[in-house]
Amino acid sequence: MGNKIVRVQELAPRTRLFEIEVPHIAQRGKAGQFVILRVNDEGERVPLTLASRDPGKGTITLVFQEVGKTTEMLGRLQVGQEIHDLAGPLGKPTEIPTGKTVVCVGGGIGNAVVWPQVQALKEAGNRCIAILGARTKELLILEHEIRALADETIITTDDGSYGRKGMVTHALTDLIEGGEKVDEVITIGPVVMMKFVCRATQPFGIPTQASLNPLMVDGTGMCGACRVTVGGKTRFACVEGPEFDGHQVDFDELITRLAYYQPEERASLDSYHRCRLEAAADRLQNP
Amino acid sequence: MSDESPKPKKVLNKSKVKTPMREQDAAARIFNFEEVPLGYNEQEATVEALRCIDCKDKPCVAGCPVGIDIPAFLQLVGAKDFEGALRKIKEKNFLPAICGRVCPQEDQCEMVCTLNRPDKGREAGGIGRVERFLGDYAMEHNLTITPTVAPSTGKRVAVIGSGPAGLTAASDMVQKGHAVTVFEALHKPGGVLFYGIPQFRLPKEILMREVYGLRDMGVEFVMNYPVGKAESLDSIRERFDVVFVSTGAGLPWFLGIPGENLNGVYSANEFLTRVNLMGGYKFPDGADTPVKKIKRIAVIGAGNTAMDSARTAKRLQPEVVYLVYRRSRLEMPARVEEIHHAEQEGVEFNLLHSPLELVNDGKGAVGAIRCQEMELGEPDASGRRKPVPIEGKVREFAVDTVVIAIGQGPNPLLTADCPELTRDPKKGTILINDVMQTSLPNVFAGGDIVTGGATVILAMGQGRVAADAMHRYLMTGDPRDPFATAGGSGVCPNLT
Ligand SMILES: Cc1cc2nc3c(=O)[nH]c(=O)nc-3n(C[C@H](O)[C@H](O)[C@H](O)COP(=O)(O)OP(=O)(O)OC[C@H]3O[C@@H](n4cnc5c(N)ncnc54)[C@H](O)[C@@H]3O)c2cc1C
Ligand SMILES: Cc1cc2nc3c(=O)[nH]c(=O)nc-3n(C[C@H](O)[C@H](O)[C@H](O)COP(=O)(O)OP(=O)(O)OC[C@H]3O[C@@H](n4cnc5c(N)ncnc54)[C@H](O)[C@@H]3O)c2cc1C
Ligand code: SF4
Ligand code: SF4
Ligand code: FES
Repeated sequence: MGNKIVRVQELAPRTRLFEIEVPHIAQRGKAGQFVILRVNDEGERVPLTLASRDPGKGTITLVFQEVGKTTEMLGRLQVGQEIHDLAGPLGKPTEIPTGKTVVCVGGGIGNAVVWPQVQALKEAGNRCIAILGARTKELLILEHEIRALADETIITTDDGSYGRKGMVTHALTDLIEGGEKVDEVITIGPVVMMKFVCRATQPFGIPTQASLNPLMVDGTGMCGACRVTVGGKTRFACVEGPEFDGHQVDFDELITRLAYYQPEERASLDSYHRCRLEAAADRLQNP
Repeated sequence: MSDESPKPKKVLNKSKVKTPMREQDAAARIFNFEEVPLGYNEQEATVEALRCIDCKDKPCVAGCPVGIDIPAFLQLVGAKDFEGALRKIKEKNFLPAICGRVCPQEDQCEMVCTLNRPDKGREAGGIGRVERFLGDYAMEHNLTITPTVAPSTGKRVAVIGSGPAGLTAASDMVQKGHAVTVFEALHKPGGVLFYGIPQFRLPKEILMREVYGLRDMGVEFVMNYPVGKAESLDSIRERFDVVFVSTGAGLPWFLGIPGENLNGVYSANEFLTRVNLMGGYKFPDGADTPVKKIKRIAVIGAGNTAMDSARTAKRLQPEVVYLVYRRSRLEMPARVEEIHHAEQEGVEFNLLHSPLELVNDGKGAVGAIRCQEMELGEPDASGRRKPVPIEGKVREFAVDTVVIAIGQGPNPLLTADCPELTRDPKKGTILINDVMQTSLPNVFAGGDIVTGGATVILAMGQGRVAADAMHRYLMTGDPRDPFATAGGSGVCPNLT
């Protein structure tokens, strides 16, 4: 199996970082690519972005939020345990420009994806400004890692508990209107946020890449579950993306498609919680 | 068994029709995913085998893409030498339990069988059924006809893709003494045999047994390894002496009609993958990949993929399953047995209906399918009567799920990474020469990635021919070298 977890770090409530030994992905993975994993033999295939990698050590880093059954089960794994299946690197790497000013706008768990982008952008000699958003201070992740790399880092929180109060879009608009010559924007986060970031850059004609996160099954181009409409054309995000020209993306369709299985996912999580409760009760009774 | 085998006797069974095969009752089987045809027992298999008259020309042999010596194995079964019969089949086909179940026999060996005279009410010999019996017999009696593995040649072979083409090539190459590693992008081996063909038609245990058999023979399987992504083909070519590409036709086609990205619209691959590969029919307690509770579903298409989707849907207990196809029954490409089973199970066929649009239910999901009614017009270039629209006749069916099963193209995951591998510019299939060698000298290819969506037995046949050529290539540097041959028909079944 391989895929041994060598480091676990809690970044925020329900948000964890795993460093995992997978030498071939550590060698080949690039910013913007992702992996697909399963936690057991009945498990769902879940896509997670390559947040970082260390080719020398042969490890990759994933950062994930516990939102459903699979990510919760993943969150219970400990150092030394192995991940049942892990395939990658999938998707196309981000196209990294050189000598440009690029703003990376991340929100929530999306900041984990901004991290490798900023790194790649800096390595290619770009000026890079990171705008990182979170609902509240406690949920802000990877601030120090990104701050250490970016030329400038702006933090926003919805409730004003840290950094600027308000949305990432406000910070972005202020930046552009304040005279910063922005050549390109990359945005990763909740779909609604990406939609508004793209709407904000459109009037200025700034090329904007959005990293899309549709539901996926195989991640190898074989099923079409991940299809998104870009410029009126159907594209398979797992092989043709996940990054697309944000001004061309049909975000509303993506939002609708992401919500399709919510009742089923809820049921799956509830049933999982029930089983765990029963098992815990059982352990109490028969220690 | 073999030491007490009596001499074959010339007792013939003069029955005009095939020995019937017991089946799970249609009313019961739509509530489970168990296999439908139950197979022959020893008696039934023997009786059926004795219908073969061992005719002079034996057209059945040429009708089989891998050229199994059909009369020979039927005679052996007739004489109850099951092990001998199995050996005979395994000379050419290493997966009889699978081919006996999924081969379109009515278009191949059985179509040309001398007995096959529908005008006289006479049916072909039940070749596929007896073949299946032998495959199952081997399993039940734990008869591993362990092939002899030649002494190690020290050569290393990479097989990319673990469908029937890859498994066959792996089996042949390991027997010829080479070290074989199979790379598979998904988490389970078997290609379409695992993720596509449903459990009720091909139980996964049968496939896994074959895979374990290969592992016992020394084949190494590396799952979760999408070549082209996890490692470049160039790097694989450096690490291995020869490479066989068998990545299949896994890219689903859509119709390009409005509404195709609505919720509730699936490719057949997605629908079947959710249910088969991911076990979605056990959701939520036996599997984590969700499958929606379906009420009314339309499957578009009429091939095996469409029948598998419709019959799978039927087992999820919806109110109605429609099959929508633009041509007539005569043109349906699926195996006759599958069409028959689908009908028995209550799939409603809407033939001569061409989908125009998938209609939004107002909440972003599909609510109906609009179809143009068709009629048969003049024969086209292929000689088939072409469907033409009947003016003004448009029908709408209320549905909450649509499965698009109109075919698949070559899987581009590997080829996209390797432009030097020459492909057909239109179809995207990998181009090969007469010995199944690609534009890269140490890379051979076979199966659906070369032919486009075809059949299991054709993919296996190509795996075998390629293995022969690769063996010659490894031993002498010349894939055509006549002095390095080691068995096999030596002819590419796609080219004959
Ligand atoms: C290319 C790609 C990269 C991703 N990278 C990361 C990452 O680095 N870190 C991370 O935490 N998550 C990432 N995601 C999202 C992650 O895959 C989902 O959170 C995960 O599949 C949820 O699985 P689950 O079984 O725990 O929850 P489920 O029970 O499947 O879902 C729980 C809830 O999460 C929502 N959800 C499910 N899948 C997605 C999705 N693809 N996008 C957004 N919401 C979803 C559901 O609608 C539901 O409300 C990525 C998704 C894609 C497609
Ligand atoms: C639903 C369905 C039903 C069918 N029913 C029948 C039937 O009844 N009878 C019949 O004869 N035929 C049937 N067929 C057709 C038959 O299954 C195929 O012709 C046959 O499986 C082709 O075999 P293959 O080995 O070429 O490829 P596949 O079986 O497609 O296997 C290819 C494998 O390669 C893997 N792969 C792809 N890219 C990579 C990569 N880059 N790296 C690593 N691995 C990779 C894939 O994941 C897959 O596992 C059916 C097909 C479908 C879809
Ligand atoms: S492999 Fe298929 S075509 Fe050949 S004899 Fe068997 S059933 Fe017939
Ligand atoms: S064609 Fe039919 S009758 Fe003739 S040998 Fe083959 S199976 Fe027997
Ligand atoms: S996830 Fe299946 S094609 Fe993209």
